[in-house]
Amino acid sequence: MIVAEQKPIRELVEMVKDFQKILVLGCKGCVTVCNVGGAKEVGVLASALRIWGRKTGRDLQVGEHTLERQCDPEYIEELRGIVGEYDAVISIACGVGPQFVSERYPTARVFPGVNTKFMGGAVAHGIWSERCAGCGQCVVHYFGGLCPIARCSKSLMNGPCGGSADGRCEIHKEVECIWDTIVRKMTEQGRLNELIEFKPPKSWTTARDGGPRSMIREELVK
Amino acid sequence: MSEFKSGSNLEKVLKAGHFAFTGECGPPQGANLEVLKEKARHLKGCVDAVNVTDNQTAVVRMSSWAASLVLIQEGLEPNYQMVCRDRNRLAMQSDILGAYAHGIRNMLCLSGDHQKFGNHPESKNVFDIDSMQLIHMVKEMRDQGVFLNGQEIDEAPRMFIGAASNPFADPFEFRVHRLAKKVAAGADFIQTQCIYNMPKFKEFMKQAVDMGLTEKCYLLAGVTPMKSVGMARYMATQVPGMDVPDELIKRLKGAGKGKVAEEGIKFALEQIEEFREMEGVAGVHLMAIEWEHRVPEIAERAGMLPRPQI
Ligand code: SF4
Ligand code: SF4
Repeated sequence: MIVAEQKPIRELVEMVKDFQKILVLGCKGCVTVCNVGGAKEVGVLASALRIWGRKTGRDLQVGEHTLERQCDPEYIEELRGIVGEYDAVISIACGVGPQFVSERYPTARVFPGVNTKFMGGAVAHGIWSERCAGCGQCVVHYFGGLCPIARCSKSLMNGPCGGSADGRCEIHKEVECIWDTIVRKMTEQGRLNELIEFKPPKSWTTARDGGPRSMIREELVK
Repeated sequence: MSEFKSGSNLEKVLKAGHFAFTGECGPPQGANLEVLKEKARHLKGCVDAVNVTDNQTAVVRMSSWAASLVLIQEGLEPNYQMVCRDRNRLAMQSDILGAYAHGIRNMLCLSGDHQKFGNHPESKNVFDIDSMQLIHMVKEMRDQGVFLNGQEIDEAPRMFIGAASNPFADPFEFRVHRLAKKVAAGADFIQTQCIYNMPKFKEFMKQAVDMGLTEKCYLLAGVTPMKSVGMARYMATQVPGMDVPDELIKRLKGAGKGKVAEEGIKFALEQIEEFREMEGVAGVHLMAIEWEHRVPEIAERAGMLPRPQI
């Protein structure tokens, strides 16, 4: 899933301080799963804004709405007749949400309520971790099913750097050295020889480096 | 074609079977050439080549190729370092062409410390290719005369290709394989991380010798004399992948006030003595960090002088 975290309330009120009618817009997709942008969080943020409004003597009207998904025009359509009622929309979906809303409703003022962090998952309750950098040409099978592009701090493809110590990455003791894990796993599987093979430079044409990406599936295009 | 790959002094010294001795010099954090020339003066005549670091520890300094050119003007041979952190494949190849065109003949290919350690931690890193791929790219440029995309080069840069090896990083069992990969990718010589744990290094060397790696490349053992107990402690605890045994720290402490630096040098000299006898070690790489003025003395006491003239 896409993992996000809420922006500090200070930052949010600074964004919307000049508006009176504010819609807090949630999403039932990834951000609900990572407890940052679902119906529940819409309620919490809306209350926080109301409290701030009262404290600062503002006559705020805060609306709440949560879409099935904000990354789908079909659901964005649902906001027709709603968005126009507000001076500002705070989308607490991933970064796709505020953009889909902005694109569909050109006059709306849309603000991002969360910081979109990475593609990953929950490794323990309350702990999420990155797994994929969306490079567009997946190669994890060479590395025991683990991704050095996203998970090695230097995206190394040919083994651990000289900073790997006790299974930790040189950048921080809290960060796993994925290469340590890859070497261990491949050794256990008796496949160390595969890691000893030279991996040539990756083509980044399919990654963000190749320019903004889109995908067309002819058979689905109506 | 010449019998040499690059014809650098370092290559000639190693090929002639001499025990090589290389030094290191960090470019200034500014455009002050005097600082650099001062360092060069200390190193001149004491070493076969001088590593010129590339924004080491991710701190901005004068570019490695520019400082390398200054060393050439001062009569020293540079070992031009390049890290993968700051440049993509276009910038790397163009810098290599420029460096070679201006007389640089040795190159050390490195991943580079993460920018998090440096003075611009907010920067974006590159890591378009990794150090292994860089080694291979420089080799293909030299031996096949082609760029990474296969396009022919009009006068190919002929570098003596160096790589680093850290026998003390984890996972230990993989370290010799990584060395083997670097040799297979095209490394002509290897400079190791600073060595303090001699038993572990010997174990590593035995593996390297058994695998025949030291017949395919020249391995220079890394030595950094400890200047103080504080430095030893810092290296032991703050530098990832550095192995400083407690005995060494104790020994330095035991030297007593005002005598620690001398004890550090003594330890380094003992190491150099051992490396000279050690199978598979072709030389020593002395990284006397901000201590260039002590290099002549260390070289002298280590019996490294005079350096061979070839
Ligand atoms: S190789 Fe690319 S696509 Fe596959 S997990 Fe890593 S970043 Fe994602
Ligand atoms: S310590 Fe491991 S994860 Fe960190 S940069 Fe080095 S190889 Fe990559």
